[in-house]
Amino acid sequence: MSKSGVRPLSDMAQKMGPLLGLIILVLIVSILNPSFLAPLNILNLLRQVAINALIAYGMTFVILTGGIDLSVGSILALSSALMAGMMVSGIDPILAILIGCLLGALMGAVNGLLITKGKMAPFIATLATMTIYRGLTLTYTDGNPITGLGDDYMFQLFGRGYFLGIPVPAVTMIIAFVVLWVILHKTTFGRYTYAIGGNEKAAWISGIKVTKVKIMVYSLAGLLSALAGAILTSRLNSAQPTAGESYELDAIAAVVLGGTSLAGGRGLIIGTLIGALIIGILNNGLNLLGVSSFFQMVVKGIVIVIAVLLDRKKAA
Amino acid sequence: MQVEMQDIHKAFGKNQVLTGVHFELLPGEIHALMGENGAGKSTLMNILTGLHQADRGTILINGKERSFSSPKEAEQNGMAFIHQELNVWPGMTVLENLFLGRELKNGFGFLKMKEMKALAKEQFERLDVDIPLEQEAGLCSVGQQQMIEIAKALMVNAEVIIMDEPTAALTDREIAKLFEVIETLRKQGVSIVYISHRMEEIFTICDRITVMRDGQTVDTTKIADTTFDEVVKKMVGRELKDRFPARAASLGEVALEVRNFTRKGAFENISFSVRAGEIVGVSGLMGAGRTEIMRAIFGLDRMDSGELYRNGKKIKVHSPGEAVKHGIGLITEDRKDEGLILDFSIRHNIALPNVEGLSSKGFIDGKEEQQFVEDLIKRLTIKTESAETSAGNLSGGNQQKVVLAKWIGTNPDVLILDEPTRGVDVGAKREIYALMNELTDRGVAIVMVSSELPEVLGMSDRVIVIHEGKLSGELSREEATQEKIMTLATGGE
Repeated sequence: MSKSGVRPLSDMAQKMGPLLGLIILVLIVSILNPSFLAPLNILNLLRQVAINALIAYGMTFVILTGGIDLSVGSILALSSALMAGMMVSGIDPILAILIGCLLGALMGAVNGLLITKGKMAPFIATLATMTIYRGLTLTYTDGNPITGLGDDYMFQLFGRGYFLGIPVPAVTMIIAFVVLWVILHKTTFGRYTYAIGGNEKAAWISGIKVTKVKIMVYSLAGLLSALAGAILTSRLNSAQPTAGESYELDAIAAVVLGGTSLAGGRGLIIGTLIGALIIGILNNGLNLLGVSSFFQMVVKGIVIVIAVLLDRKKAA
Repeated sequence: MQVEMQDIHKAFGKNQVLTGVHFELLPGEIHALMGENGAGKSTLMNILTGLHQADRGTILINGKERSFSSPKEAEQNGMAFIHQELNVWPGMTVLENLFLGRELKNGFGFLKMKEMKALAKEQFERLDVDIPLEQEAGLCSVGQQQMIEIAKALMVNAEVIIMDEPTAALTDREIAKLFEVIETLRKQGVSIVYISHRMEEIFTICDRITVMRDGQTVDTTKIADTTFDEVVKKMVGRELKDRFPARAASLGEVALEVRNFTRKGAFENISFSVRAGEIVGVSGLMGAGRTEIMRAIFGLDRMDSGELYRNGKKIKVHSPGEAVKHGIGLITEDRKDEGLILDFSIRHNIALPNVEGLSSKGFIDGKEEQQFVEDLIKRLTIKTESAETSAGNLSGGNQQKVVLAKWIGTNPDVLILDEPTRGVDVGAKREIYALMNELTDRGVAIVMVSSELPEVLGMSDRVIVIHEGKLSGELSREEATQEKIMTLATGGE
């Protein structure tokens, strides 16, 4: 961030901790099962990670303001269903995806409005909209998957294709990372996001339009969830009414593993990418090692606990 | 109970707060404790009631040396301290509040409701007040809440009750009731230490008065033997040395005018103006409504009615963002909570209200920002190794300079400073004063709220005084004296 070359130590630790964890994890998994490092597996891994990473990017902005968004999974499902519905009715798939993403942003904006204008706690507001958006998805789909989305090449590419040998979802994840990194660190919007989480009152007194920034942040989270929904829709070639359930937890876990403080104001989006990779590797690696999917949950939970405990130690 | 505090010394870190204070309290007397903010009244009482320990000195209670290691211990020995901020749990009933932490229980651990109710009734009867015991305390008026606290104190058989600004939030009728209760208590032999800034009250109900100044006792006299003016003189009686840089103001047009600002319960009909290049000092006691007025000007708090004019044009300010657009800056009294983002670097803090100007199309120009911040750090002589140091790691004076830098960076035409030198050491104070002069030389209009009279007198071209939410007077630089300001601030004639 700094151009003067002087970087606070805490900033370095914030960045290095998650990276170190990632490296250690890669070492352990690849020693236990060398096939982990096979190019095909790595590419597969990146594709798996993409959806969670995109949602977690949005979650990073939200958590940086000191908020939380539990509705991301439901937004993913609702926008996915709406996109699929549009495609079935003959709208161009790419246009459907664009409109779906805008609708996702709108759903996020509703969260933002409830939190700012409605003065609701983010946890409660998004808990409510999580239920509402899920209910709307089930109502709209009547509880059944939406299929018959056609065979548009571009649409299929979105979730299943490759670009220069890299899965398109992974490419999307990387492009989104670069764009969001620039937004977070090089724009006034990014600066205000940090400022609101650091001290909302002081930010407001400094003349920052806190309401506007927060609504934008939640809209961004909604937009990214819808984008993740588009990838999932393409990959499954259908919209599933139960898609994205409990995705908010993986996203929050990625953000926390990346060293971002739930209290707001502190954190880095690179950390979130690393956090998403850690969770992806845990899933992938534990599968390779033949750990039952039930016990995988235990391991994931333990990793989160350890990461946060180490973080506390560092802070103290 | 007779209390005698002899030669009490107390320092917090390097800051000597009390130096050889004497204080004596007789049984059944109402004893006023007066002094400017920061004179050491609260510290002295906190030592008596066990919150702080004296570095040196003795406390005699009924002639025996004693000291309390905690407020709890003091309470068990008959001392109660009723703070300005009342300790009432709003969600609990009056009865639950009265017995909080010392509920009566039977052998099975169940509450003995009947006994508690009877006891509570008895206390309220003793005070001759009538508050429904089952009512939520939060629904009681402030006056009633105070009675709850007094009853609570009596229930532990307090023989000494210390009241810190007890009437600050009371209506006239509630004050009358409080005085009745105090009178009743006196008759029952309870001693009361009455800390207040309100002269009228002190001269109405107190028997004796002790005046403190700069951590020392000036003296103790009978109320009957003294006057308003004498007390004021004792409170402020220090000379103005050359703590302030010389000021030569050249005044321009009226930059900001406030007309008839009113918010029920906070301030009423406030009108004043400030010219370009002028410093208007705003004086008054704590809780008089000064801060509230400033926050309303800046759009930080709402107001009921009133008009604001900038350079003669009427403007409306509903949020700080709008105030900033109109060239107004506010430095609040609470720099840690409202002025700074402590986790942020100096650079990010200073840039915060300025970042829009340092960016194009939303993208921040890093080089320009760096330069901008470096310039302000130099200009305000902020002592730091780097602009990347987080604000939380700076000393009070340097933190205040960062807040100032932040606002000076916005090039305001009007700057409102609320307690600009609170918690700032003498050296940094002078630098801040010099900076204020530099700003007014450039035509900035400054409104300065300050509880330090010497500061008000040393820096202001004009002084307005607020008393209980109303403008009680305006004094020119030539007219203003500590005595005159104090008289206006305490509602005297």
